[in-house]
Amino acid sequence: MIEIKSLFCGYGKREVLKDLNLHLRRGEFTGILGPNGSGKSTLLFAIAGVLPYRSGSIRIKGEEIAGTTFRFRARQMASVPQKSELSFPFKCLSVVLMGRYPFLSRFGGYSRQDMRRALDAMEQTETIHLAHRMITEVSGGETQRVIIARALAQETEIILLDEATSSLDVAKKIQIFDLLRSKSDRGTTLLCAMHDLNLAALYCRRLVFLKDGRIVLNGLTEETFNDENLSRIYETDIKVSQHPITGSPQAHFVPGPHRQPESSVYGPVGRGQVLGPGRTDC
Amino acid sequence: MSPGEYTRDEIPRLEARASRRFGYLLALLLFGSIMSILAASLFGRLEIPALGVGKSILTGLGLMADPDLDPTWKVVVFNIRLSRICLSLLVGMALAVAGTVFQGILRNPLADPFTIGVSTGAAFGASLALFFGLGSREFFGFGFIPLASLGGAMAALFAVISLGRINGQLRRATMILAGIVVATFLSALISLIKSLDEESVASIVFWVMGSFQGRGWNHFAFALPYMAAGLFTIWVYSRELDMLSMGDTQAKQMGVHTERVRLRLMIGASLLTAGAVSVSGVIGFIGLVMPHLIRMTVGAEHRRLLVLSGLLGGIALLWSDVLARILLPGGEELPVGVVTALMGGPFFCFLLKRRGGGMGL
Repeated sequence: MIEIKSLFCGYGKREVLKDLNLHLRRGEFTGILGPNGSGKSTLLFAIAGVLPYRSGSIRIKGEEIAGTTFRFRARQMASVPQKSELSFPFKCLSVVLMGRYPFLSRFGGYSRQDMRRALDAMEQTETIHLAHRMITEVSGGETQRVIIARALAQETEIILLDEATSSLDVAKKIQIFDLLRSKSDRGTTLLCAMHDLNLAALYCRRLVFLKDGRIVLNGLTEETFNDENLSRIYETDIKVSQHPITGSPQAHFVPGPHRQPESSVYGPVGRGQVLGPGRTDC
Repeated sequence: MSPGEYTRDEIPRLEARASRRFGYLLALLLFGSIMSILAASLFGRLEIPALGVGKSILTGLGLMADPDLDPTWKVVVFNIRLSRICLSLLVGMALAVAGTVFQGILRNPLADPFTIGVSTGAAFGASLALFFGLGSREFFGFGFIPLASLGGAMAALFAVISLGRINGQLRRATMILAGIVVATFLSALISLIKSLDEESVASIVFWVMGSFQGRGWNHFAFALPYMAAGLFTIWVYSRELDMLSMGDTQAKQMGVHTERVRLRLMIGASLLTAGAVSVSGVIGFIGLVMPHLIRMTVGAEHRRLLVLSGLLGGIALLWSDVLARILLPGGEELPVGVVTALMGGPFFCFLLKRRGGGMGL
């Protein structure tokens, strides 16, 4: 579905992603983890075709991204940003309908189908009651759910989420991720940049850890999510235990006074070093 | 289901209600425009009864032939008043639409043809032509001055775009700053030209302050094609204007070729501005205030916003020009730009106070 080969990408003179290789299959629910500034958002921007890359290749269903149109890309993938800068009072329904843009003809309006899809998406994200409220007048969490609804209304095979639920409360986070999982079960490919390790471990089948613009760990959640890997990558003491109900691994952070003296051995991960049982290539 | 005021079943009804509301406003403004055209024809130095005005207009349109009608009435009402009224309506519409576009593209409710430097560019082009004594020259049957102002507007736009482009990407904050810089610089140049050439001061003041004095059907005909081209371009990309207001990155992710669409929209809005300035000089506040008023009433969806603020802008400028004609007791005329600024300034302050938070300022 998504195939990335020796990708180099950055802003101006600053190189952010260095020689990145990644292969994602259809229907996979993948989390991108890693410390601040490791290149998670940059990777999503590059895949979405918003940020041009210097060298290497990104292919979506075999098509090289750099050679496709914005319209083509928007029909393949929807993106959910961390937050939106809203300057004007649009109705929430109008915002969700914007997701149908890549399917419109130049002079045509929204069809009944488009309207139905937008309303379906609003129902799924529990924002239908906001349809006729102004996006500038609803809360931050509500805005974010409206933006998620817009991405769902786009009805793409791939959804890229960049910290999409950080502004939501716990119940809403779980609700959105339940929804994403059901999408993934029906074949949607999901790639989520995340800071919330435990949420990632609960929902993502595969985890890709980035650090300094390189993939340092890539593999199934149960194989990669352990004390040693997490502590090394995040450079702080992290203990992993089992979730009492689902059995998925969950991370626990250790405050200063309780930290083991040996934890200082968790230095920065070396360049290109591969940790754990995961693989960095495809 | 989710908590809230209404459910999915009620949305078609709410949508219909919103469309009806738009329909009412549209009808009201269309009716208002027509009534304004007729009512404004009554004002003028020559006292002509309402019936005479009506007959003159019908005669002028070729819909009626009344041998008893005073021919001076027909000339005064149809050739002088009506042409000026229609021109002010057209210019007001163009400025309001251009303002809506600039605000949408730059996602800044303070943007308008004036703040972005395009208006000043047009005024500079005209001043330069006057300075070089080209005022009376003709160019393919057109006066040279309007063409010069058109050139000035386009040059200013491209100066602002190239200043606002960093690493091949258009930055909207940089563009607004660039617009202010270009506008200020060109204003200074206009002042310089004024002080170098005492003779053309009066006609340069006309461009700087804006006025419809002595304008007629030929000016209307001159501006019309630019307006039509600008309006058409903007209409084609009106949906993209919505997407662009969500920000560049999101618009791209939803499939908009942002660079291309934005450039075309800006050229469209500059055509409108240039067409307006070339026949009326620089008129402020119409492009700034009208989009705000309509946005507060019907929301930010640009298709509706463009139509309604265009109509409202036309009516507002039409009546501003009537005031400019009749306000001074001695029969002297005020520049219409003075009237719009005198009314628009305080009104804008009122909007700021009332809705400061909601306008994203």
